[in-house]
Formats: sequence, C-alpha cells, structure tokens
Amino acid sequence: MVKKLTNIFSLSGNGLRDWMVQRVTAVIAAVYLLFIIGYILSHTNLNYFDWQALFANPWMKVFSMLFLISLGLHAWIGMWTIFTDYIKSVSVRLVFHVVTLVALLAYFIWAVQILWGL
Amino acid sequence: MNKQRPVNLNLLTIKFPLPAIVSILHRASGVFVFLLIPLLLWMLALSLGSPSQFDDLQNTLTSAGMKFLLWLFLSALLYHLVAGIRHLLMDVGVGESLMGGRISAIVTMICAILLAVLTGIWLW
Ligand code: HEM
Repeated sequence: MVKKLTNIFSLSGNGLRDWMVQRVTAVIAAVYLLFIIGYILSHTNLNYFDWQALFANPWMKVFSMLFLISLGLHAWIGMWTIFTDYIKSVSVRLVFHVVTLVALLAYFIWAVQILWGL
Repeated sequence: MNKQRPVNLNLLTIKFPLPAIVSILHRASGVFVFLLIPLLLWMLALSLGSPSQFDDLQNTLTSAGMKFLLWLFLSALLYHLVAGIRHLLMDVGVGESLMGGRISAIVTMICAILLAVLTGIWLW
C-alpha cells in the first residue's frame, strides 16, 4: 500500500521511462529557449507587432505548445524526484505532489489561453 | 547492507567538491525556475496582450526591483540550462571520468557566471 502510494504520482510509474522523458523534454526545452534567446538578442528594440507576429505564427504555436507540454512533464518529474528524495512522510509528500500537479495544470491552461488568444 | 557502517550526514563536515556544488545548484535552480513560472507567464500575457500592455510591461521592468527579480530568474534558468546540457552530455557518455567531471564542472561554473554577468549588463 505505502509503496503504491509513493509511486502513484510519478509520471509514468516507471523510473526508467520517467528518466527518458525528462531527457527528451530537456532537449526540447533547451532548443526552444535557445531560439527565444537568439530571437530577442537579434531584435534590439523589439516592438509589439514583431513579437506578436512571432507567437501568432502557426509553426511557432506548435513549437510553443511542444515546449509547454515538455516543460510540464519535465517539471513534474523533476519536482517528484526532489519530493521523494527529501520528504519522508508519505502523507506530507502526497500533498506536495498534488499541489505541484495542480499548479502545473493551471500554468498550462493559462499558457494555452495566452497563445490561443492570438 | 552492514548497518554498523560509518555514516556521515553532517553537512558541516561533508566535503563539497565543485561537481557536487554544480549538481545541487542544478536542483536548486530547477525548483526556483519552477516557482517563478507564473512571473514568466504574466510577462508573456502582457507582452502579447496589446501594444499598450507591451509598453506597460516595458515600464514595469525598468524598476530596480523587477530588474533584480528578472535577473535572478534568468540567471537561474541559464544556469539550469548550462548544467543541464552538461548532465545530458554525461548521460550519453561524454566526460564521465573523474577528471572529465571536474573539468566540465569548472567550465559549467565559468559559463554560468559569465552568462549571469552578461544578463545583468543586458538588463541594466
Ligand atoms: C524551463 C524550465 C525548467 C524547469 C522548471 C526545470 C526544472 C527541473 C527540475 C525541478 C529538475 C529536478 C532536479 C533534480 O532532480 O535534481 C530538473 C532536472 C533536469 N533538468 Fe530541468 N527544468 C527546466 C528546463 C531545463 C532545460 C532547458 C534543460 C536542458 C538542458 C534541463 C535539463 C535538466 C536535466 C538533464 C535534469 C535531470 C537532472 C537529474 O536527473 O539530476 N531542464 N529540471
């Protein structure tokens, strides 16, 4: 019972798969972030219209969504690992897992609203 | 496992070589970035909302407090990125030796500090 409870909030319930998902999502996030950094650095005096057009581009929307989903999974696995490392009490840990998950879902919905509004 | 083995978990007497510091900072920066995601989304929402909101955001970001917060956030994110790339390289077998680990830890630290300084220059 306790063992089941400790694993129930892991992303895939399989450590190796979680590990792999965390690497893949890390690469996607890295590529996206480097792209955004490059864009901002190459557009000094960035104005609203260029910036808006960038995110309104359908390809960019796909890229952004990919990043957001990756980020959600990556942070979920990351925070799960940290909580299971440091929080020994199962009930306290479950609270942290649930709060993290709800926060990530809320962030995700918020982000979708921002990008969809374009 | 031998239950009688010597165990030292005293943080004051444990040695922290640079690779250990690089590793724990990667963890700490990950948590920090996670906590500041709302800040990022708030800025994204404003910057994409309308031309006047875009200007509002630019004005807000000129205050010293906001700049500092943004600098902390970007430095942590860049640190996590650099240390994360080191981590991924090691996962595929690059620099796994003791020496390799020490060298890449030094390189990571130097890059991260440099990036933090550059971010500061860029913001101010
Ligand atoms: C953008 C937002 C990001 C957030 C909120 C985030 C958060 C986290 C967290 C909380 C962890 C767990 C740390 C640990 O277990 O010690 C983690 C691990 C990791 N992150 Fe990120 N991360 C982000 C982006 C990235 C990027 C862009 C990379 C690309 C290089 C990356 C690479 C990694 C790697 C390789 C790990 C595994 C570390 C390990 O297994 O010890 N992360 N991340």
